[in-house]
Amino acid sequence: MSAIIFGIGLYGALSKKNILTVLMSIELMFNAVNIALIAFSRYTIPQGMTVAKSALDEEIGLALAHGTPLGDTALNTLLTGQIFSIFIIAVAAAEVALALGIVIAIYRNRETVDLTNVNLMKG
Amino acid sequence: MSLLDIIFGVISLVAIASAISVVNQRDIFRAALFLVVSFLAVAALFVLLNAEFLAVVQVLVYVGAVSILIIFAIMLTSNVQTGSTSHGFSPLILILVAALTALIVSTAISTDWNTWDSKGFEVSPGGTEEDLSNTEQGIKNVFSNTTVVISTLIMTRFVLPMEVVSVVLLAAVIGALALVRDTEVES
Repeated sequence: MSAIIFGIGLYGALSKKNILTVLMSIELMFNAVNIALIAFSRYTIPQGMTVAKSALDEEIGLALAHGTPLGDTALNTLLTGQIFSIFIIAVAAAEVALALGIVIAIYRNRETVDLTNVNLMKG
Repeated sequence: MSLLDIIFGVISLVAIASAISVVNQRDIFRAALFLVVSFLAVAALFVLLNAEFLAVVQVLVYVGAVSILIIFAIMLTSNVQTGSTSHGFSPLILILVAALTALIVSTAISTDWNTWDSKGFEVSPGGTEEDLSNTEQGIKNVFSNTTVVISTLIMTRFVLPMEVVSVVLLAAVIGALALVRDTEVES
């Protein structure tokens, strides 16, 4: 599911000429990555947790082996994926604000939103 | 097939269909509206994944802020009456992207994930079934109350990344303002 949305976004970002469509495709890709992060955070265990099962001195290993209630640290590890996607959302918001500023600057200077016409860097 | 599976299927269908429309729509304004639909579907998906806080953040940031910004930019730049500008279609990129997507999906399916059900809970020699259910209950508690855990984590273990992100946001806002203002001065 995440991969499919990412694929659609990637296709859009690579094939479109309108700079705003490219931006929207990039947003789609951000969303796909967030879905993947949260799904993995929900359904999988970090590798350390299963390894620690043999090393019984570790809290998480103890909890998984003997069923003692998990401490705060161990439980917090489970939500790292969600924290990560919060940061992704924040950075994506910053990126969108900047990109739209650039789009408007380009439009004022060159009267176009067509990426093929933006060739100032061409030698 | 449980009710949750059906809900997941409907939501992902909506998300994928609207994502395709975003890319294929000729009218760029309609594309932006489909983008909002896609964002909302993703927020619903977050709720299904026990990430209620992130679902709220998704609605606030993406549906509320990002889409408004994009719609503003569309109105400021392209001529809405004449519709969207050029619209490229390239089979080569389509094939490449389809191949990449198939690769990711097949990798995800063939990988032996450490999921809770398959590996996480095994009654070890020292443990009893009751202990096992205690652990399961602890994990369920985490995912039933994510907001508290997330806020604690952000303010303790992830406080440095949080500060860095806030500086990045500040820099982005100042940068965007400077970009727009400079062109005004020139004209």
